[in-house]
Amino acid sequence: MTTPLLRRLRIAFSTLIFICFFLIFVDFRSLIPSKYTNILLFLQFIPSAIRFYSLQSMAAGGFLAVLALTVLTGRTYCSFLCPLGIGMDLNSRIGGRIKKKFRRYGLKKPFTILRYLLLAATLIVTMVWGIYMLTLLDPYSIFGRFMTYFAKPAVIEINNFLAGVLGRFDIYYLSDIPFKGFPLIVYAVPSLFFLLIGGLSLTKGRLFCNMICPVGTLLGLLSKISILRIKFDDSACTRCGRCAVRCKSSCIDFLNHNIDVTRCVGCFNCVTTCQDKAISYGIVSLKKKEHVTDENKRKLIATSVLFLLGISRIAKGQDKPAPKPKKDSTVKEERKFPVCPPGAGSIADFNKDCTACSLCISACPNGVLEPAYKQYGITGMMQPVMNYHKSFCTYNCTICTEICPTYALHPLVLDAKKLTQLGKVTFIKDNCIVKTEKTACGACSEACPTKAVYMIPYEGNLLIPEVNVDICIGCGHCEYACPTIPYKAIFVDGNPVHLAAKKPVNQESEIKTPVEFPF
Amino acid sequence: MKRRDFLKTSAGAGLAAGAALSFGGYDKLWSPSTAAAKYDLVAVMGGNPDAMFDLAIQELGGMGTFVKKGQKVLIKPNIGWDVIPELAANTNPLLVKRIVEHCFKAGAKEVYVFDHTCDNWVNCYKNSAIEKNAKSAGAKVVPGNSESYYHEIQIPGGVKLQSAKVHQLLLETDVFINVPVLKNHNSTRMTCCLKNSMGLVWDRGYWHSNDLNQCIADFALYEKKPALNVIDCYNVMVKHGPQGVSKEDLVLMKSQILTTDWVAGDAAAAKMLGVGVEMIEYIPIAHKMGLGNMNLESLNIQRIKM
Repeated sequence: MTTPLLRRLRIAFSTLIFICFFLIFVDFRSLIPSKYTNILLFLQFIPSAIRFYSLQSMAAGGFLAVLALTVLTGRTYCSFLCPLGIGMDLNSRIGGRIKKKFRRYGLKKPFTILRYLLLAATLIVTMVWGIYMLTLLDPYSIFGRFMTYFAKPAVIEINNFLAGVLGRFDIYYLSDIPFKGFPLIVYAVPSLFFLLIGGLSLTKGRLFCNMICPVGTLLGLLSKISILRIKFDDSACTRCGRCAVRCKSSCIDFLNHNIDVTRCVGCFNCVTTCQDKAISYGIVSLKKKEHVTDENKRKLIATSVLFLLGISRIAKGQDKPAPKPKKDSTVKEERKFPVCPPGAGSIADFNKDCTACSLCISACPNGVLEPAYKQYGITGMMQPVMNYHKSFCTYNCTICTEICPTYALHPLVLDAKKLTQLGKVTFIKDNCIVKTEKTACGACSEACPTKAVYMIPYEGNLLIPEVNVDICIGCGHCEYACPTIPYKAIFVDGNPVHLAAKKPVNQESEIKTPVEFPF
Repeated sequence: MKRRDFLKTSAGAGLAAGAALSFGGYDKLWSPSTAAAKYDLVAVMGGNPDAMFDLAIQELGGMGTFVKKGQKVLIKPNIGWDVIPELAANTNPLLVKRIVEHCFKAGAKEVYVFDHTCDNWVNCYKNSAIEKNAKSAGAKVVPGNSESYYHEIQIPGGVKLQSAKVHQLLLETDVFINVPVLKNHNSTRMTCCLKNSMGLVWDRGYWHSNDLNQCIADFALYEKKPALNVIDCYNVMVKHGPQGVSKEDLVLMKSQILTTDWVAGDAAAAKMLGVGVEMIEYIPIAHKMGLGNMNLESLNIQRIKM
C-alpha cells in the first residue's frame, strides 16, 4: 500500500484514542460508564498482561492481541494505541511549530545497550522482586499519572471558572469542584517524567519510546518478524532523504535503504512524504543477513548482569516487610496499616499488581484516593491509598473496583462491597469532644452507614460513641466527620487482608403508627 | 469648596455608593408576613405528603401568605444522605415538588432547592429523587458542595456561634422555606426544624466541636429565618438516625406539621417522636433565647385528620 491515506488513518484513529483516554481520566463528574472505560483499557499492553497473569483468563488477553498485531504490522501499537506515544506525537507537532529544526529528525544511532538493559531489568525486577520498575516505566501508567496529577486539576480549574461565571447568570449546570491536591512529594516522579518525556518528544520525536520504554523495546524485538513493514522501492528512490528527516523514530537509513524495524513505530510519515513513491507499507520477504558478531550485544549481556546485581541490592534495601494480618483488634492510637481501596483483597496482593496508573484516583467521585508517599513503603510510592482526613469511601459506590486495568482491584458487586471490611474503626475516648468538652457531638455516629459507631449514655444527658468492629466496613466516614484536631478521636486502621464484615442486624421499632396527635 | 475637598468628598461618596451596591443584595430583609397566618401551627394526619400539604397550606391562607409575586424562594429540604426515598433519611421528594408548585402558583419568580449534604452530593441529589422532582416542578436545584458558594455572616448575640459561612442562596433569596424530615438523631436525639439549618452552613465541624446544642440554637438568632417550616412526618426514622440502616428504623406516621415558629415545630415534632422536649437540649435553649415558643399549650393549633 502506498497510499498517503495510511498516515491520515493513523492520525484520525490515534486522535480518537487520545481523546477517549483523556476523557476517562478527567471525567470528574463520573459520566462515562465503566464498561466503556474497560473497552478502552483492554488493549493496554502492561495492564492487560498483569491482569492476564492474575486472572489466568483469555478475557484479559488484550496484550496477546497486541502481540499478534505486532507480528502482523510491526510496532503500530505505539502509534495507534499507546496514549503516551500519541501524546508525544502531539507534542512533537508543537515542537515543530516552535522551531522547524525540532521536527527534522534524520537517522540516529540506536541506544541498543540502554534499551535492552532496561527491558531486561524491568522483566527481571518485576518477576523476582515486584512491580516497581513497571510502575515507573509502563507508558500507560505514566500517561495516567500525567492526566491525574496535571490534566485533571487543570480541567477542574477550568470547570470551576466556568461554573463561577454561569452561577452569576443563575445557571447551575456546572458546579464548583473543590480539589484538594496530593502530598507534594508524590509529584516528584511524574514531574520528572513530564520534563523528560516532554523535552524529548518536543525536540527528538520518539526517542523516549526507543530508548527507555520497555514496551516499545519488547514490541520492537517482536517487529523483527513482523509481516507488514515499510519497504523501499530501490529503483524509484532518488535518495532525497526526506523520509529520514520526517522519521520521528530516526530509524531510516535512506542511503542504504535500511529501516531499523525495532524502532519503527508505524507512523507512516515516510510513506506520505516520499515524492517518488519509493516507500510503501506491505509484506516483506525476509532477506538473509550476514552473521556479524555484535560487540554491543556482548557488552550488553555483561553489563546487564552487573546492573541487575546492583538493582537487587537497591530493591532489597528498600523493600518493606510484607504486612502480616493482625491477630486481634486491640485498640491502639497508632495506625498499623494503611487502608487500601476496596477490591484490593490484601495490601500485599495489591502492591504486587498496581502500576500506579492512577485511574482509580481520577475516577473516585469522592476524592478519597490519593497517591501513597510512604504508606506502602518506597516501592509502593504513587499507588493509591485511602486518605480519610480528606474524604471517605462512599457506601453506594464501586467505581474504582470496576475500572482497574491491572486487576489490582478486583471487581466487587455493590452488595459485596458493602460487606468488605477495608479496615477497623478505633475510638480514642480521650480525644472525643463529648469527654473533653462535655458537649454533644456524635458526628462520627451520624456518618456511619452501618451504625458500627453508635451512641451510648454518658454523663448527664450526654451520649458518647461506642464501636462495633464486627459490622464496621472501614469506609472512614466517621474519621472524616470527626471534628477534633489535630488528632481524630476516631480513625480507621487498615486491614492488611480485607475481611468480611458482619451484616448489621436491625429490629422493628417499638413505636407504633399514631392514630391521634400526641400534642 | 476647594477643589481638593471636592475631590475627596466625591471619592468618598463614590466608595460609599459602590459599597452600598455591592452589599445591597445581602441587605434585603426577609418579608414573611407571618402575622397574616390564622394559626401558629397546623398539623395534618392521614394523607399522602402532597395532599396533606395542599390542605395544611390552605389552612394557613395559601402560599400567597408567605410568597409574594416576583419573589425568589429558597426551599431547604434535608438531602443529607445517599439514600432512596423509601428509607426516609431525606425529605419526601413529592412534598418538595408540591411546595415548589405552590410557590410558583403564588407568583414566585424563581424557586431554588439545595442542601449541604453529608454524603457525596451528586448521589444524594439523585438518589433522594429530590433533584428530579424539584426540577420537574420548575425549581433550580443548586449545588452546595464547595466552600466557594458560602459567604461569611455575623450572628450578634450568639453564645458559641457568632459567625458562620452560609450558602449564597440564603442571602440572595427573599423567602426561606424550611422543609426538614423528622428523624431520630444519634446525639441531639432529634433532627427537625432547627437542626436542618446545619445544611445551610459550610463548617459543621465547628458546631460539633463547640457545643452542638448551643450552636444550633445560636444559628436561629440569625436575622434570616424561615417564613414557613414544613415538617415531613410521613415516614419517620425513630432510631439509627439521622442516616438509618434499614426499613426497620421507620414508622409510618402519615403526618405533616406546618408552622411559622420553628421552635414550636420542633416541640411538636419531639412529641411525635416520643422524646421529652427537655431532652433535646437546643429546644429549651432556643425557647429561653426568645427564638420561639416550645409551650404548645399556649399556641393556636389546628389539627386535621384526612
